[in-house]
Amino acid sequence: MDLGPHAGFIIAAYGAATVVVLALVAWVLLDYAAQRRILRDLEARGITRRSDERKTTQEAAS
Amino acid sequence: MPLIDLANPTRFLSLSGRLLPWLAAATAVAFAVGSVYVAGAPDDYQQGATAKIMFIHVPNAWLAMFVWAVMSAAALGTLVWRHPLADVAAKAAAPLGAAFTFLALVTGSLWGRPMWGTYWVWDARLTSVLVLFIMYLGLIALWRTVEDPARAGRAAAILTLVGAINLPIIKFSVDWWNTLHQPASVFRAGGPTMSASFLIPLLVMALAFTLLFVTLHLAAMRNEILRRRVRTLQMMQAQAAVGA
Repeated sequence: MDLGPHAGFIIAAYGAATVVVLALVAWVLLDYAAQRRILRDLEARGITRRSDERKTTQEAAS
Repeated sequence: MPLIDLANPTRFLSLSGRLLPWLAAATAVAFAVGSVYVAGAPDDYQQGATAKIMFIHVPNAWLAMFVWAVMSAAALGTLVWRHPLADVAAKAAAPLGAAFTFLALVTGSLWGRPMWGTYWVWDARLTSVLVLFIMYLGLIALWRTVEDPARAGRAAAILTLVGAINLPIIKFSVDWWNTLHQPASVFRAGGPTMSASFLIPLLVMALAFTLLFVTLHLAAMRNEILRRRVRTLQMMQAQAAVGA
């Protein structure tokens, strides 16, 4: 594909878009992993939400 | 499932978890198809191959405004209906909107340099989009400054609705004032002025970027719900420690 005399501008524009999109995807995935890890740590220490406690109690009773 | 059930964050997590893989796949397919169309698009008779920048610049510019419109709808949800997911949706959308606005500005500058002879001019369209970018950064800063999510949500909702005034200014700036930027050529009275060989790749890329936004927005909303759960548990932990 011949991008002509302004190829550098076209490649820079598509490169910037690729970098920003990949950064957004990485941010969302890494943030999800971080929040799940902190939640697991807290729950492992016995700190759970009241709704979760109720659910566990109901399951144990049934 | 009734729509009102989505107000429950746990149900939202369950439904969005099932939806996300399909949305991600649809986004990937749309970008793949869009790339083929972009590669096959002809050179413009005046702009040559630089017209290919349009296929990423225009979708990002549309999304920059669309995301603020989504945040404005969420702001109404926060202030009027106190919907539990409304400020989650607004907070999750802000960094995505900022990124799309940043890309619209950068790709526009890279398109402007060879076509206009300059990266930047302080005209109405470019300046109003820069103001939009600064407002996104201001909103993100506000969310980070106020610790209580409910208080931050209300303040951010008011700022978002005030900032929505900028959307018609951006849209009609090319009609109201003299500007280097070209007037609307797709969404205009009388239909698009663009030939199908440019319009089809543009619409496919716009669909791909919109699907990307929907996918990332749902994922970021899930992360925000988890972050609020973490905050609640950490507060419970701190209270238990004080009690002991």
